[in-house]
Amino acid sequence: MTAGGRRVVNHVMGGLTALAAGLVILPLVLIFAFLLFQGASAINVEFFTHLPKPVGEEGGGMANAIVGSLILVGMAAGLGLPLGILGGVYLAESRDRRLPWIVRFLADVLNGVPSIVIGIFAYALVVLPMRRFSALAGAVALAVIMLPIVVRTSEELVRLVPSSLREAALALGIPEWKVILRVVLPTARAGIITGVMVAIARVAGETAPLLFTAFGNRFWHQRLDEPIAALPLQIFAYAIAPYDDWHRQAWAGALVLIGMVFIVSLAARVATRGRFSGVR
Amino acid sequence: MVDGIQVTGVNAWFGSVHVLRGIDLTMAPKAVTAIIGPSGCGKSTFIRCINRMHEVVPGARVSGTVLVEGEDVYAPGVDPVQVRRRIGMVFQRPNPFPTMSVFDNVAAGLRLAGVRRRADLQEAVERALRQAALWDEVKDQMDKPGTSLSGGQQQRLCIARALAVDPAVLLMDEPCSALDPIATGRIEELLLELRGALTIVIVTHNMQQAARVSEATGFFLMGEMVEFGITRELFTNPRDKRTEDYITGRFG
Repeated sequence: MTAGGRRVVNHVMGGLTALAAGLVILPLVLIFAFLLFQGASAINVEFFTHLPKPVGEEGGGMANAIVGSLILVGMAAGLGLPLGILGGVYLAESRDRRLPWIVRFLADVLNGVPSIVIGIFAYALVVLPMRRFSALAGAVALAVIMLPIVVRTSEELVRLVPSSLREAALALGIPEWKVILRVVLPTARAGIITGVMVAIARVAGETAPLLFTAFGNRFWHQRLDEPIAALPLQIFAYAIAPYDDWHRQAWAGALVLIGMVFIVSLAARVATRGRFSGVR
Repeated sequence: MVDGIQVTGVNAWFGSVHVLRGIDLTMAPKAVTAIIGPSGCGKSTFIRCINRMHEVVPGARVSGTVLVEGEDVYAPGVDPVQVRRRIGMVFQRPNPFPTMSVFDNVAAGLRLAGVRRRADLQEAVERALRQAALWDEVKDQMDKPGTSLSGGQQQRLCIARALAVDPAVLLMDEPCSALDPIATGRIEELLLELRGALTIVIVTHNMQQAARVSEATGFFLMGEMVEFGITRELFTNPRDKRTEDYITGRFG
């Protein structure tokens, strides 16, 4: 092939990869633009500070749903993250062959279980014994959904830490658990946080598993063993209602949901940023 | 108390592969002993048996006795963590902790062993960095990441990290194989300064290096120790034909 021909091919292929990259982010840009277009008009101070108004009254907001989502996702993270990260460390560090294999396989299966099935599971596990829908049940459902994602990404990232670092630390006479806690996990931190953020973003938007666990609530929840509002539930309820201003509020709710995921991701990155980077 | 390192009847395996066969060797205290041999002869495995790092690899096994300053590191009830605190190790490639600063890298061993007082840490870090001939180069960049140093500096940082816990023995596994000749020269000078302070065992496939830095040399071949003796004698007047073939470059 001539030099000129090679240059042409190079440009064509380079252009194709750039085009593909553009197409990848296109849906996100379109979704965001569409949400802004449809929902921005309904976003005002009242939206963040007020409860929903009864049918027929204009205005009102989704304050309870915004707080409810934060609480649900926060509780789910509190349950799911420590368990998931520790599980991932186990899978990566264990010398046993059979149990990690089984756990890994089951985590992958769990990852493929439809979220509504996990909702039914939480219903049977928490709602039935307690005899009521509750924030707790919703959080359990979301935590179960987070688990496999957190376990598998933590495992992969812990594996990426070069064994030379482990050996250096072990050779210094540091016990293995401290090596993992002080050398391996900090080195894998940035990557694990990415996995955690993916998991949080995933569950923040889950609707199905909350339908018969958290249930939704048009008022402020009083306690965590009572039904609680959540943005996805509120969006669902408003979107299928026959009122135009509810539709606008549903769009606004979706916009706020995306905004919250975005802010939490950004905040987690900034807050946990180490001075020096490890594996990404 | 007996000083130095006495190795008796050490065998090592990776799974079913027998990589070290009946090694007997005595390494003099506060001197440099070099271990030479072709790739795969078991020399790295051998020094990893001294600080019980061999068993870290899944499926790896060791038998025999290794006395470090008179104590058998493989005696029942001996904690490998305690063994490794007294035996520093430097690896083939510089491996500073990427999430730690220069200071934190050197202080890591002490910190993780429970030393908390800032003044104690500072004193130990400065002493270790001076011992590793790195202090003057890094004293103004203690807060920079350890990985921002040059390759040769990183390796001396790793030496300082090993020295900071004040070990009786320093094991070096081909410490210069990833370094350029100038950085290699600095490490060799450093070795000459450190001998007399602690017992050093260095694995190298560079025979000139063994000749320059060590008092005694062991030649390993296919998991066995072929010959051990005063470095000068081993290189000028080897007793074993295989040693002679190796040092004259006829194989390996």
